[in-house]
Amino acid sequence: MVDVTPHDESGVPPAEVPELELYHPKSWWTTYVFSQDAKTIAIQYSGTAIAIGFVALVLSWLMRLQLGFPGTFDFITPEAYYQFVTMHGMIMVIYLLTALFLGGFGNYLIPLMVGARDMVFPYINMLSYWIYLLAVLVLVVSFFAPGGPTGAGWTLYPPQAILSGTPGGQGAGIILMLVSLILFIIGFTMGGLNYVVTVIQGRTRGMTLMRLPLTVWGIFTATVMALLAFPALFVACVMMLFDRLLGTSFFMPALVDAGEQLSYGGGSPILFQHLFWFFGHPEVYIVALPAFGIVSDLISTHARKNIFGYRMMVWAIIIIGALSFVVWAHHMYVSGMHPWFGFFFATTTLIIAIPTAIKVYNWVLTLWRGDIHLRVPMLFALAFIVTFVNGGLTGLFLGNVVVDVPLSDTMFVVAHFHMVMGVAPILVIFGAIYHWYPKITGRMFHEGMAQFHFWVTFLGAYAIFFPMHYVGLVGVPRRYPEIGDTAFVPDSVQDLNAFITMAALIVGFAQIVFLFNIFWSLRHGREAGGNPWRATSLEWQTPTTPPPHGNWGDHVPVVYRWAYDYSVPGASQDFIAQNDPGTGIKAPRPA
Amino acid sequence: MSVILVFLLVVFGFSLWWLSQQRLLSKPWTEQGLAVDPSHRGEAAMPTAKIALGIFLAVVGALFALFASAYFMRMEYSDWQAPPVPSVIWANTAILVAASIALEIAARTARDGRIDISRVALAIAGAATLVFLAGQLVAWQQLSLAGHYLEVNPANGFFYLLTGMHGLHIIGGLIALGFTLVALSAQAPISGQLQLRVELCAMYWHFLLFVWLGLLVLLAGWAGDFIAICKQVLT
Ligand code: HEM
Ligand SMILES: [Cu+2]
Repeated sequence: MVDVTPHDESGVPPAEVPELELYHPKSWWTTYVFSQDAKTIAIQYSGTAIAIGFVALVLSWLMRLQLGFPGTFDFITPEAYYQFVTMHGMIMVIYLLTALFLGGFGNYLIPLMVGARDMVFPYINMLSYWIYLLAVLVLVVSFFAPGGPTGAGWTLYPPQAILSGTPGGQGAGIILMLVSLILFIIGFTMGGLNYVVTVIQGRTRGMTLMRLPLTVWGIFTATVMALLAFPALFVACVMMLFDRLLGTSFFMPALVDAGEQLSYGGGSPILFQHLFWFFGHPEVYIVALPAFGIVSDLISTHARKNIFGYRMMVWAIIIIGALSFVVWAHHMYVSGMHPWFGFFFATTTLIIAIPTAIKVYNWVLTLWRGDIHLRVPMLFALAFIVTFVNGGLTGLFLGNVVVDVPLSDTMFVVAHFHMVMGVAPILVIFGAIYHWYPKITGRMFHEGMAQFHFWVTFLGAYAIFFPMHYVGLVGVPRRYPEIGDTAFVPDSVQDLNAFITMAALIVGFAQIVFLFNIFWSLRHGREAGGNPWRATSLEWQTPTTPPPHGNWGDHVPVVYRWAYDYSVPGASQDFIAQNDPGTGIKAPRPA
Repeated sequence: MSVILVFLLVVFGFSLWWLSQQRLLSKPWTEQGLAVDPSHRGEAAMPTAKIALGIFLAVVGALFALFASAYFMRMEYSDWQAPPVPSVIWANTAILVAASIALEIAARTARDGRIDISRVALAIAGAATLVFLAGQLVAWQQLSLAGHYLEVNPANGFFYLLTGMHGLHIIGGLIALGFTLVALSAQAPISGQLQLRVELCAMYWHFLLFVWLGLLVLLAGWAGDFIAICKQVLT
């Protein structure tokens, strides 16, 4: 190995993409509010997403209260229940998970991990957040609109979505929902362009694509997918707005509503479903791929081992991303389709399971004989793997047309998708927040509170969703506020429902511990130092912690190796940072 | 959904080509030291803004491909009738072509540093585009005078929707073009940065012209004829 000090950059080829000129804020407003620093924007995105996520959590309590103790709460009318289901689902999927993974983690981690000083278009990046905030506000306003928010289900299927029988259908609810989604998509596109172009153009010298941490690969691929998939939702929303406001019949067939013949005619609800699921299925992976990437990094760091099969992991991410655009119609088995199409979509759905399974094997093989440290981020990562496998298995069942048809629209489906795309990504989010908290704030979180939060959330989630599979198998349909007397549902299901509700309340309250910990540790947490997990990737090598504006001080780091040099035989430490030029030489100590 | 799938195929093909240059087969765990980035081939890298615009145009392309998909699917239903085609859109098309040509001239002269020609060409392009937008409004007016309101049948709905969407994108471009024109008028020796901006305007205009021609094919009913021919050939 050549003997160079890290700051002697002779022999390093000059950068080809000129460094961007940093915008230097001049006032308090431009530093903390209208900030163009990706790290600040990340925190704004995350804070907003978590805040609106708590609204969705409260809505889930209300739903569970109704399901567990039907008839006890007068204010939960069937209409209100539909509204809760709809808003809960929509907020969780789009305004929480998508915004948090891409807008939150994407903004914080991409520039730091690729060795850039900021996103390539900081101004547009800032606009992206403010438009997202506007979308959230419009969504919140719809709760107070006359007639309340829409109750059309998070899928917003027409024709019912804009008819008088659906809450908010003839009121402002559905309009505000659609406008909010359109704003979200516009805002996201601005941010998304930044994330993609920063990965392509902003990488520091030596940072080849194959040296990127998998977190960046996951977020990058998910963003590309989102850029191509969200337009479908955009088209669906715009056309539905036309139907609702201007009387066109894109989606609306001729129908009689409340005894009155409407002026619509000839439109196709199926058309909407195609557009919606062309977005909706990739959306699942838009949430999953960043989670996959982050989990890979958490596992590797906390097991002190290089990730097993890095190349395969990268390829799998790309293949999953591409394939997930040709499976959308598996959500429409019950809408009726040509059996050949059904066969095609069932096949592609099952094929996606292969790269996904490869990823799971690789995580497990990374753990194999690793030096596993069961710290809180690691606990969450392990919990994710278990949960994801669990939800993935029931997904294999549902991917088959014959199995899906009877189970479709039962609580079994609800249990399945909460496992894979509810609980699993949320576990990763918690793990990631705990993992990067010391970098973001410079302090450690309180270990005891975090452990408590983990165990209650993990076990509680199982207490909620395991029994729910059974409830679904018995035949309890989804989106029903209560089932009443049926021939097929035994009374004992009601006891189970009450149990699930108790568990949901407990899990919900445990999240307050999480929030408390986050704020409490800001002040009272132990000083974390620059690299408490002794990790290799660039974000842990910043000159100061939290990273300064511009991230790197005077010298942008130069990358000499991949992100997974843990426990390298013969090295002086059990990790070698990416910007460490040679095995014998220590990287500049982060402060 | 065939239009969007074809479009995706193109995007994926392009991504694959790009990825194939990124040494995805390399074994990063065996390579220490300063791997020279494969995209570092000595020549200057493509400007960041150009890449960003390219990706943005892919998103816009996906948007219109999805609209086209929806159009075709909606066409299958029994109440479909061909959309009315107001005659003024042919003139509009010619004007948009002219705007594109003017921008191309502006970009080329800017590259050669002939800033006064570039400035004039850019202004002409902007003016022509404004005329195009006015012409589109005239088309809407012609339609509604003839009783072809938005809600009367789905084809009308698509006509207003698609021309409107396209127009909104044009307006966005005009704003950028306006700023470029101001900058161009203020600067005597033209900077590389400014050359790039003019070039990006041209790129955006060509793309929107392309989209417009695609929409024209849809709305004028040629696409339907084409499909009918394909079906006949297949059966
Ligand atoms: C404490 C955690 C949660 C609880 C107790 C919970 C509970 C529920 C309940 C009771 C329903 C309605 C079932 C029905 O009647 O159809 C529901 C629907 C739904 N939830 Fe959750 N949920 C939780 C977290 C999440 C998360 C994290 C996500 C993120 C993906 C999510 C996404 C959805 C979706 C998409 C629906 C379907 C909405 C619809 O049918 O339109 N949930 N949830
Ligand atoms: Cu799916």
